[in-house]
Amino acid sequence: MFRRLVRLQGPLGNILSPDKVCPRNQQLRCAVNYSSALVEKRRFYKDVSISQSEGGLYEVNLDRRKLKTPGGKLFTAPNEAMAIAVATEWDAQKDTLKYYTMHLTTLCNTALDNPTHRTKEQMISAALKFLETDTVCYRVDDPPSLVELQKNEWDPVLHWIENRYNVTIGSSSNILGPEIPKETKDTFRQHLKSYNFWSMTGLEFVITQLKSVVLAIGVIDRHLSVEQAVLLSRLEEEYQIKYWGNVEWAHDYESYELRARTAAGALFVHLSSESSTIKRKLMQN
Amino acid sequence: MSAMAPALRVCRGILKELRASIGPTYNKSLAYNYVMDQFRKNKITGERYCRAQQEAHHDSNTYLCLLGSTRTHLALHKLYHAKGECSQESAAAMVGLRLPEQPGGKGWEK
Repeated sequence: MFRRLVRLQGPLGNILSPDKVCPRNQQLRCAVNYSSALVEKRRFYKDVSISQSEGGLYEVNLDRRKLKTPGGKLFTAPNEAMAIAVATEWDAQKDTLKYYTMHLTTLCNTALDNPTHRTKEQMISAALKFLETDTVCYRVDDPPSLVELQKNEWDPVLHWIENRYNVTIGSSSNILGPEIPKETKDTFRQHLKSYNFWSMTGLEFVITQLKSVVLAIGVIDRHLSVEQAVLLSRLEEEYQIKYWGNVEWAHDYESYELRARTAAGALFVHLSSESSTIKRKLMQN
Repeated sequence: MSAMAPALRVCRGILKELRASIGPTYNKSLAYNYVMDQFRKNKITGERYCRAQQEAHHDSNTYLCLLGSTRTHLALHKLYHAKGECSQESAAAMVGLRLPEQPGGKGWEK
């Protein structure tokens, strides 16, 4: 179709030169156009499948075509579980494609394309900086029932992380926030260095969603479930909701979106850093 | 690790979510096979506290949360935020009012 268009415009001066339009040799392989944000894309594929390529990486196929990232690279997942999860997201789309529901796909795309050219060290430093403004460390002075609620819900998590990593964090109710000692930051830096780039991308995402490093690490270390972490992150909102009432189109909407994103981030970290083997043991009597 | 739903309930939950999002062919989908496989593999363990089993349980809970909350979020979005703009009449009707009418027209029409 594009060839005919070009020939029509040709004698009038190349208005549509072939380079500006999606080049012909790429057109067949260009599986998804991510750029149209206003026009709704219809679901153009029937089946979603995965295939293994060399190097142990997995690709996702929409009908015959291979899925690509918005940056144009071939989409590759590090293991089968991640590929299946992404394929399920694409399979769950009904008539139109809703990219904002495909959280794992988005995370994989970010890790593959790295559009802001972040390094792992930058992400670790950003996370440690965030610790100074961590939600669970920021306490209010009144109303007293909220102070009590924060103490009862957030202190256990703080104690857990302080014991687990042998650090001091503490909480404060003044505007500057807690003083994080240098040893704490060093300990966390060492720990975060052990994550690979994909896992670190996921962890940064979870931290941004929950607005808390402590809660993010709580979920990633499987100390908290996603629902618990989201509840703790939104503690003051839940408190106000109990007092003033719940507005479904705002409160529930945000809560479920936060849950979806946090769950996607946590799953992304776990799938990026796992490797499994099965050891069969013989029954011993 | 605080109490999470037992493994069977999580498994059933995931299958329900898959059925709701993919449709009647969900039991032939990749996710179904993988999830059932994982649940079967992790069911039997020789240890009393098996870390891999606990990790798999947490991951399954996380996946159930992901599937359920994306579906709920999408439903809420469709319900409240996806209708687009409505006409003046329906906007007024939302608060119980009607647009004023002037018999004979306003004078500048037609």
